Amino acid sequence: MEIMSVELDVFVGNTTIMDEEVYQFWLDGYTVSDAVKVRMEGGVLEECEASAEVLQSDTMDQYRTFQMCERLLHTPAKLANQLLFQIPPHRQAMLIERYYAFDSAFVREVLGKKLSKGTKKDLDDVSLKTGITLKSCRRQFDNFKRVFKVVEELKGPLVENIQTHFLLSDKLARDYAAIVFFANNRFETGKRKLQYLSFQDFAFCAGQLISNWTVGAVDNMVEDMDVDLDKEFLQDLKDLKILITDKDLLDQHKSLVCTALRGKTKVYSEMEANFKNLSRGLINIAAKLTNTKDVRDLFIDLVEKFIEPCRSDRWTAADMKLFLIHYTNSAHILDTFKHQVTWDRYMGVIKSCILKMYHD
Amino acid sequence: MPGKLKAKILAGRHLPVMDRASDLTDAFVEVKFGNTTFKTDVFPKSLNPQWNSEWFKFEVDDEDLQDEPLQITVLDHDTYSANDAIGKVYIDIDPLLSTEAATVISGWFPIYDTIHGIRGEISVLVKVELFSDSNRFRQSSCGVKFFSVFCNTRDALHLSCPAPSIPRCYRLAAVHGFVEELVVNEDPEHQWIDRIRTPRASNEARQRLISLMSGELQRKIGLKVLEMGGNAVVGYLQCFDLEGESGLVVRAIGTACTLEKPGSLPPSAPSASPSMETKECVSRPSYPVTVPSPGPSAPLKYQPFSSSSPKSCRHQSSCSDTDLSFVPKIGTSSLICNLTKLMKGEFPFFTFTRFPPGFLLHVGGVVSARSVKLLDRIYNPDEPETRDAWWEEIRQEIKSHAKALGCHAVVGYSESTSICDEVCILSAAGTAAVLDPTLMQEGCLDDGGEHRLDEHSFLSCVFCHVPYDDFNSPFPAHLAQCCTCGRHKVPDVLFTTIELPREAKVSGKGCLIQARLCRLKKKAQGEASATAVSNLLPFMEYELHTQLMNKLKLRAMNALFGLRVQISLGENMVVGLASATGVYLNALPSPGGVQIAGKTPGDTAQEQHISNMQRKINDTIAGNKELYEINPLEVAEDVSGSPIPEPQRRPRLFRSVSESSTEVPELDLAYGRKDAFVLEIDDTDALEDMHSLLTDAPAPSGFYSCNTEVMPGIYSWTSAVQMFTSVRMFRLGNANLTNQGVNKAFNDLCEDLLKSLYFKVRSMVPCCLCHLNFSVAVPEEELVQVHLQRSITPFPSPTDTFSILFIAGLHSIGRKSGGGGGENDEQLQFALELSTEPASPPTFSSRKGTRATSDIQRFSSLETGSPLLRDRSRSVRSTHSYSSNAVTVVKMTPLSFIPNTRIIKYLGIINMFFIRETSSLREEGGVSGFLHGFITEVFAMVRAHVAALGGNAVLSYQMKECVFMENPNKNQAQCLINVSGDAVILVRHTEPDP
Repeated sequence: MEIMSVELDVFVGNTTIMDEEVYQFWLDGYTVSDAVKVRMEGGVLEECEASAEVLQSDTMDQYRTFQMCERLLHTPAKLANQLLFQIPPHRQAMLIERYYAFDSAFVREVLGKKLSKGTKKDLDDVSLKTGITLKSCRRQFDNFKRVFKVVEELKGPLVENIQTHFLLSDKLARDYAAIVFFANNRFETGKRKLQYLSFQDFAFCAGQLISNWTVGAVDNMVEDMDVDLDKEFLQDLKDLKILITDKDLLDQHKSLVCTALRGKTKVYSEMEANFKNLSRGLINIAAKLTNTKDVRDLFIDLVEKFIEPCRSDRWTAADMKLFLIHYTNSAHILDTFKHQVTWDRYMGVIKSCILKMYHD
Repeated sequence: MPGKLKAKILAGRHLPVMDRASDLTDAFVEVKFGNTTFKTDVFPKSLNPQWNSEWFKFEVDDEDLQDEPLQITVLDHDTYSANDAIGKVYIDIDPLLSTEAATVISGWFPIYDTIHGIRGEISVLVKVELFSDSNRFRQSSCGVKFFSVFCNTRDALHLSCPAPSIPRCYRLAAVHGFVEELVVNEDPEHQWIDRIRTPRASNEARQRLISLMSGELQRKIGLKVLEMGGNAVVGYLQCFDLEGESGLVVRAIGTACTLEKPGSLPPSAPSASPSMETKECVSRPSYPVTVPSPGPSAPLKYQPFSSSSPKSCRHQSSCSDTDLSFVPKIGTSSLICNLTKLMKGEFPFFTFTRFPPGFLLHVGGVVSARSVKLLDRIYNPDEPETRDAWWEEIRQEIKSHAKALGCHAVVGYSESTSICDEVCILSAAGTAAVLDPTLMQEGCLDDGGEHRLDEHSFLSCVFCHVPYDDFNSPFPAHLAQCCTCGRHKVPDVLFTTIELPREAKVSGKGCLIQARLCRLKKKAQGEASATAVSNLLPFMEYELHTQLMNKLKLRAMNALFGLRVQISLGENMVVGLASATGVYLNALPSPGGVQIAGKTPGDTAQEQHISNMQRKINDTIAGNKELYEINPLEVAEDVSGSPIPEPQRRPRLFRSVSESSTEVPELDLAYGRKDAFVLEIDDTDALEDMHSLLTDAPAPSGFYSCNTEVMPGIYSWTSAVQMFTSVRMFRLGNANLTNQGVNKAFNDLCEDLLKSLYFKVRSMVPCCLCHLNFSVAVPEEELVQVHLQRSITPFPSPTDTFSILFIAGLHSIGRKSGGGGGENDEQLQFALELSTEPASPPTFSSRKGTRATSDIQRFSSLETGSPLLRDRSRSVRSTHSYSSNAVTVVKMTPLSFIPNTRIIKYLGIINMFFIRETSSLREEGGVSGFLHGFITEVFAMVRAHVAALGGNAVLSYQMKECVFMENPNKNQAQCLINVSGDAVILVRHTEPDP
């Protein structure tokens, strides 16, 4: 017969006590009892001759600590100079890094969506679909939104801004830059045809776009420099149309590419037959980018207009690489083509994006 | 007008949003000292205001400087309505009043509100200019230093280095004696005005009053010290008694001393000069006023002590009974004289627990006294005569107990109270001892230490020798020949409240031994309740003692150190908890086994059962011997002396309980008279008890625990320390409560707490939990109702709750492998992170083959205290915009030292009192969430104050009070916490002084 019940149970250390394993359970949105269950299965009990109550009390203590820390984690820079918790710097870094880490399954669901209340309402669907707890989904979503809000209005390079304000590692800061960039430009990533692409594929593309196509790529002291695409450049892209509208240029371009590729690829004939279509596809994408709507469809267009035709012709990744190199370089030899700078700025990004996206 | 206090308000940060419309705050600051208030300008619309105020100057008496705290209030300016308070900071000016302590207080302080907790931080600069004051009728005692250390701590790790000092980095020049004082006042919480003011105002009035009272108390004690000719109080112990309606008592005890900075050798210090020598000889004969005449063989054993003077002064002392007329030579303010005065003084009590080797000549045993009193309103706070008289009575009792044991002094002395309604138990306990003043004086000499140390090791048994002899002993005692020297009598077991003396030789390791007891008592009022309690107490003492004894025997040990018996009074139960560290002293005889005997011979079933039990007991003892590595060397000339007449198991534990002034007759605690320890089992109760003895789980492998500062038998420590506070409160169900039931529940509670602790620190294994300090309270409903008197709802369930406050210093143990690499790591590292930082430097297998983490536990956090390192950490993180003002790491420990470090400066005593209240208990995560947050905040505030003084550690840290009250129906809770400790600057041993 239990004649006693615990009313109050607190354990506090001068140096804040944290268990990384329990922290992860907390981040993953486990309830205390679920976390206790998992820990018990993990065999931590046998290791130290403890009872289930001990585990329960320990887990509760830690959860409380994390809850108290959470407010500080929202502004990680505060964690370093707050007085409430004594946490050694490398532990602080761990706390922050883990708090801002996200599940790739989750981020794929919200990438390119507006970080609004509406999206947040749909998170229960996301939770159901991905199997990630709603609590964890909310934390990840709020993190995206928080980072977005802070860096949106800042001058200077996006990745650096994220690092300064959120003290994240380089890798994580880059991922957040991608998320912010996608959210700002609302790139479509959810279509069925894009499902095969991972977050890392998109993050890579975002990196390319940020460092080549944004305002910041040319002038690094303007507002929104890394979040918005360079309008002037998008305007200039219209000039590239000459490559498909001028019949001579188109033929010249094709013959140059064909000469270069003859004998070097197994899909030569398919390439030769399809050249004009492919070239039209790429250049039409460029010419339309002044429209916000078409910017959003950049990735779906790349897949539909270029990647899918090549895939149905069974191009290998090597074929693709070879083609894109020569396709880009041959344009330089065309005497009447005057827009070399714009061409390179455009094709450089398109080439690396397509290469990244060209997989099963 | 002897002092000018100057304060400057620099900036604030992380302030809360006070204006919902703009999400900002228009903050300004009021700086108040005494009756003078200054204000800064309003810094509009910012959560990080930069006030950069002028210097606010207060011209005040130093008496006020000692009593009053500097009060800083941060407010939000409001044009149309009253300004809203954001929170307050109280700064104790005392550390600035001593020339050797801190010179400036400068740093970020958490802004604290009793309702909302910490709300942002404020950067403050405080200085004091003192004018010298030669008025001999002065009321202040500026400059008297206070230390909460209980002992002189020589570095426990470097046993080879001589010269102990009290406290470290000071040298003890003289001990003047016991000082005590108490001040009383009405509790603001119980004043009529409390019915109309807000909870915040009430809490703040209380915080301020207690701060004032403890300032006043320190000043008064300081005055006494100055009168006695001292300059410091060591072992300063301050307590609050919240007596409810009858008032608020703040009392303190300590030991007045004269401390000197080493290097400045004062003329009074004993030196090798011949002239001094003579003086000492003159004064010597008069010292041992209360030393009873030792037996005929006694002078012999003193021989080795007289190393510095060829002539054995002890011969004189042995006949000193007749030499009382000798008058000490006053003027040679040498220790001897002081000690003589001290012994003659009213109470020859010492509040510290560790002493220079040889200082303790003999240890008689524990002396304790308790008295049950009925509280009444204190009508005249300026003359708290009754409270004074109560304590006086108890101290007299202690003194007479010590005398009865043939001792002239009491060491490791402490006092405590437990209050429930109008009934109050006053307790005092200490260890009766005979001190050697000459040795103490030698201990101060820095040279020739090696030589003496050798002799001390030879004398490792002396302190165990009984100060009385067989025939004159005050009670039937069981004495044996000393197992080390074979020449003198020693008791069979020794109980003490002090730390294990450094010269003591032990076998194996020590361990925590606890006796736990819970007794129901009828609910009653006033007299009736007091009578019930005083009737209960002797039985509780007896039972606790029996438990301790049994557990000690089961562990095959023969001595207890650091014994602390706590009796807590509740509405309908009394809880007793005795904790001590058991060891095997080589000098004492090996404990016989434990034998159990049935009451009814012939009952075969029972005999069978008993023999099973006996086997189990024998196995346990054997197992414990192995576990604690107890294998004492057999003494060659084994007790060859004559058999001791009338051997009796009678511990050196004196007790007495008195109600008002009526003495309860002494209990005869004598057990059987056979050689082995016999337990009689006559009913199921006893069987149950036996079971609980045997099921007392030992610590998991790799863990050691003790309640003393240093674990006996372990000598290699790393400097990784961690301090924990744990509070648990249990509610007893409404079920029919029996003594046995609650007893078992309480026992399980303590065991669970320990288990929980082991689990928490599992990553630090091998480690030692030192200074485990349990304190039990039985909060009563009445109190809760009184507190929440604004509400009419009575407290719901008529049950009692336990709450256990529990503080432990955690020490990791490790063995240093020479040059094991990585010692020069500058990174901030804490022990508890080891789980995540698998051994980067080579690991080293400790003796027992347990996971060794010693080498990777480096201690460098302290170094942030040095400017050089702070700069480095700044530059490392300079990529981040906010990191320019990194927070100083402040270590906290209940120990009086941190292994492998050196104290280079004592900055002053930290004594803080906080109240936190909430009326949104559920929203704050229930009672646990509320208290968790509050304790975290208290830690933060202590650290901030220490850092502002320039310190990097708090030693002898204690949470002396943690009173928790709740009313879940009203969603309310309130908690009071009192903490204390010594703020210090530490450096690693390897570093030079700055």
